Amino acid sequence: MSEMRDYKSRRSDPASRKFGTFSYLPAMTPERIRKQVEFIVARGWTPALEHTEPTHLMDNYWYMWKLPLFGETNVDRVLAEAEACHKANPNNHVRLVGYDKLKQTQGAAMVVFRGKTV
Amino acid sequence: MGKAGSGYSAGVKDYRQTYWEPDYPVKDTDLLACFKITPQEGVPREEAAAAVAAESSTGTWTTVWTDLLTDLDHYKGRAYRIEDVPGDPSCFYAFIAYPIDLFEEGSVVNVLTSLAGNVFGFKAIRALRLEDVRFPLAYVMTCGGPPHGIAVERDIMNKYGRPLLGCTIKPKLGLSAKNYGRAVYECLRGGLDFTKDDENVNSQPFMRWRQRFDFVAEAVKKAEAETGERKGHYLNVTAPTPEEMYKRAEHAKALDMPIIMHDFLTGGFCAHTGLANWCRNNGILLHVHRALHAVLDRDRHHGIHFRVLAKCLRLSGGDHLHSGTVVGKLEGDREATLGWIDLMREKFIPENRARGIFFDQDFGFMPGLFPVASGGIHVWHIPALVAIFGDDSVMQFGGGTLGHPWGNAAGACANRVALEACVEARNQGRQVEKEGREILVAAARTSPELKAAMETWKEIKFEFDTVDKLDTVDA
Repeated sequence: MSEMRDYKSRRSDPASRKFGTFSYLPAMTPERIRKQVEFIVARGWTPALEHTEPTHLMDNYWYMWKLPLFGETNVDRVLAEAEACHKANPNNHVRLVGYDKLKQTQGAAMVVFRGKTV
Repeated sequence: MGKAGSGYSAGVKDYRQTYWEPDYPVKDTDLLACFKITPQEGVPREEAAAAVAAESSTGTWTTVWTDLLTDLDHYKGRAYRIEDVPGDPSCFYAFIAYPIDLFEEGSVVNVLTSLAGNVFGFKAIRALRLEDVRFPLAYVMTCGGPPHGIAVERDIMNKYGRPLLGCTIKPKLGLSAKNYGRAVYECLRGGLDFTKDDENVNSQPFMRWRQRFDFVAEAVKKAEAETGERKGHYLNVTAPTPEEMYKRAEHAKALDMPIIMHDFLTGGFCAHTGLANWCRNNGILLHVHRALHAVLDRDRHHGIHFRVLAKCLRLSGGDHLHSGTVVGKLEGDREATLGWIDLMREKFIPENRARGIFFDQDFGFMPGLFPVASGGIHVWHIPALVAIFGDDSVMQFGGGTLGHPWGNAAGACANRVALEACVEARNQGRQVEKEGREILVAAARTSPELKAAMETWKEIKFEFDTVDKLDTVDA
């Protein structure tokens, strides 16, 4: 049995903040992002991107990057927009959303680029 | 013996003369029920079915003169079909149609008082089970339903694309309020979305409700500030009286807590429906526990099937309802469970005998609620739970979080990492139930908390057969 460890999470440490689904896994890699975009597009959901300063991550409304990519099924084009959003806002969290209009909810939402937390 | 509609003649007549109508054309507005009837020896099926129809609607054991002052032909329930129970000759299914105006609008209380009232003690039958009820859409529309529903809860809690995670605080009885709040805080800071009062935590001498609410509120707020995620604790407002229940609910609201809980069967549908309305009016989510259900639903020949209780709860109101896990320590057949979680979540649920669903059920625009998989689950169950329940569910741990060798925060973190790994793998098109072990082992490489959890629980399984099986020939 592994030796007991302290749980390293501090209110004083911005790096302790989490940001929803997949934030307990290691930061996304390009290959892993591609697979989630494929999943969103295959479900018929609308991909969208939004971003925020890490200090405001609890807000309901992050900054919308352009408009949701309605009808976009080309995975490379979605990835290019994510990349462009990240390049323009390198210190911000960038979240990929899949809007499910039938259930009127977000079928998927995950941070694909992590911002600077200090 | 006089004929119905002619002169009055006192005495007793066979129920089937009045209440057995095999040619009756069922109306869209009828409330339909399927009973499993085990008759006393020598009682013909049609007579037993008609007796149940009579005793659950207009009938009494003898003719009375006031029968002739009303249109009994309109108000009576009618047995309209009889079917064999596969593999069990001791009983049969009887289908009964009731006109909608037998029931007060928006009153699950009234429906159950008729359908599951005196008739269950009726001498001519040895045992009786209410298997399913078709609520006509016209009746559904008179009920309040879930205070918020799945989509709204996701928006309130800001959680998308995965099941939610909870933990019931243990030991279930005996902690002081401050120590209890500590256990809550540790779970939430570790990565769970919710913690929960155990059902029998109400307001006992060792921990009065007000102190519990106050300490838990601090735990929730601090965990939110620390993790940057929204958190909640199901504050149990189940109380001896409705007045006391509302007092507790108001205090939860004053503390700005997002969710409260209630036991709908021990509390009763009258109190429960009132609380659901309160939650809708106050923007507070309602978690619903189901203590007492197994008393009613576990026996295969007598009682009320859980799918009926689940439908009643959806109409009465709740945003979460315990559903069983299939995989944990408590009873639950897989296909039957899939049947009643559909009844909790979907807009329209078609008849599906393979899942024990006897009628099409249309809920119209009434929101669905989260099924809560609770009871003896831990990280090794997560791949199967993701496959069985999908995203719109709550995985409710207990010992599977609190029993982690490094404590609640590490246990919570292990649960969350395992869940996210399984959801990511599922989205990638992998078969999470089959490949569960590989997925968890890979995730544990970057999570010492998950690794320790997997070492702790690797041998634990629950493989007793279920008592309440679906009726099939090979059962």
